[in-house]
Amino acid sequence: MSAFLNRLFGREPKSASQAKERLKSVLVHDRTDLSPGVIADLKDDIIVAISRHVEIDPTAVKIKMSYDGREQRLIADIPLRSVRRRY
Amino acid sequence: MTAKVVTVTSGKGGVGKTTATANLGAALAENGQKVVCIDADIGLRNLDVVMGLENRIVYDLVDAVEGRCRLRQAMIRDKRLPELYLIPAAQTRDKSAVSPSDMIRLCSELRPDYDWIMIDSPAGIERGFRNAVAPADIIIVITNPDVSAVRDADRIIGLIEAEEKGPARLVINRIKPGMVRKGDMLSVDDVLELLAVELVGMVPEDENVIQSTNRGLPVVLDGKSKAGQAFRSIARRLNGEKVPFPNLEEESGFFNRLARWLRAEGS
Repeated sequence: MSAFLNRLFGREPKSASQAKERLKSVLVHDRTDLSPGVIADLKDDIIVAISRHVEIDPTAVKIKMSYDGREQRLIADIPLRSVRRRY
Repeated sequence: MTAKVVTVTSGKGGVGKTTATANLGAALAENGQKVVCIDADIGLRNLDVVMGLENRIVYDLVDAVEGRCRLRQAMIRDKRLPELYLIPAAQTRDKSAVSPSDMIRLCSELRPDYDWIMIDSPAGIERGFRNAVAPADIIIVITNPDVSAVRDADRIIGLIEAEEKGPARLVINRIKPGMVRKGDMLSVDDVLELLAVELVGMVPEDENVIQSTNRGLPVVLDGKSKAGQAFRSIARRLNGEKVPFPNLEEESGFFNRLARWLRAEGS
């Protein structure tokens, strides 16, 4: 029923934009052979490596794929934990 | 004369490779250029029926490659367009009967005497695809505005780049402008953004294609067909002409034109 109402009031995204969003993520993985599982492993390794040098919040780390034309890149967002300085 | 070799491929089956090959060949030949179409889909030949030449086959591509006939004997002249020829695929053999180097050799034998060699690739990414793209100067990837065809087109474009045969040129086939307007079909811009390759043609869904194919005639010879017009534009672009792309998503029809005219008058 709510799906029907959403459709009636145009709140459900159009099917073409859903197709486009789904394709965006499928193509990124197809092009690089990086499955979501491999990216999760990679993220764990990055967290271990960085934690050896600086303090980070492992739960805040984000790894994502992005592409520009036909070029793929891996983007890591790693917030640093603010360190209280002692005098 | 040095022919350019154009391979039409797609990854996914059923998106319109054979129709595109037959119609681009016919459009170029209608323009007075000498064209040979080669069906590289060995075992599943179809370019012959689409071109309406199925009753004239004596020898095929594999006969020519294996030396059972001279290349000229495997070439069938079109019924209407005297500058258009077909080399049909073998029906009783499989893709391994021909190698990529056979295709390169065959095309170099044809190149001096023709303007265009159009190769219809089989679906898939195996041997048949590699046979079809080996001799290509230009590769046209054809897709439909749906998730599976676009995904497979992306795979094929990647393989073409890896073989250093790129950049591929894209034809988007079977566009339904009404559905695109309602947001229920990927638009040309959506597909281009996803695939990031050069567009060489956009072809609307058109029932005339089915009728022409039933008769074994190229739809480009039907002056009223929108798909035929789109294929003629692609042929002109292959010849280096700058042909503007129409806005398929614009509304047409009498009432829509009337409504637009009334809006324009009112403002």
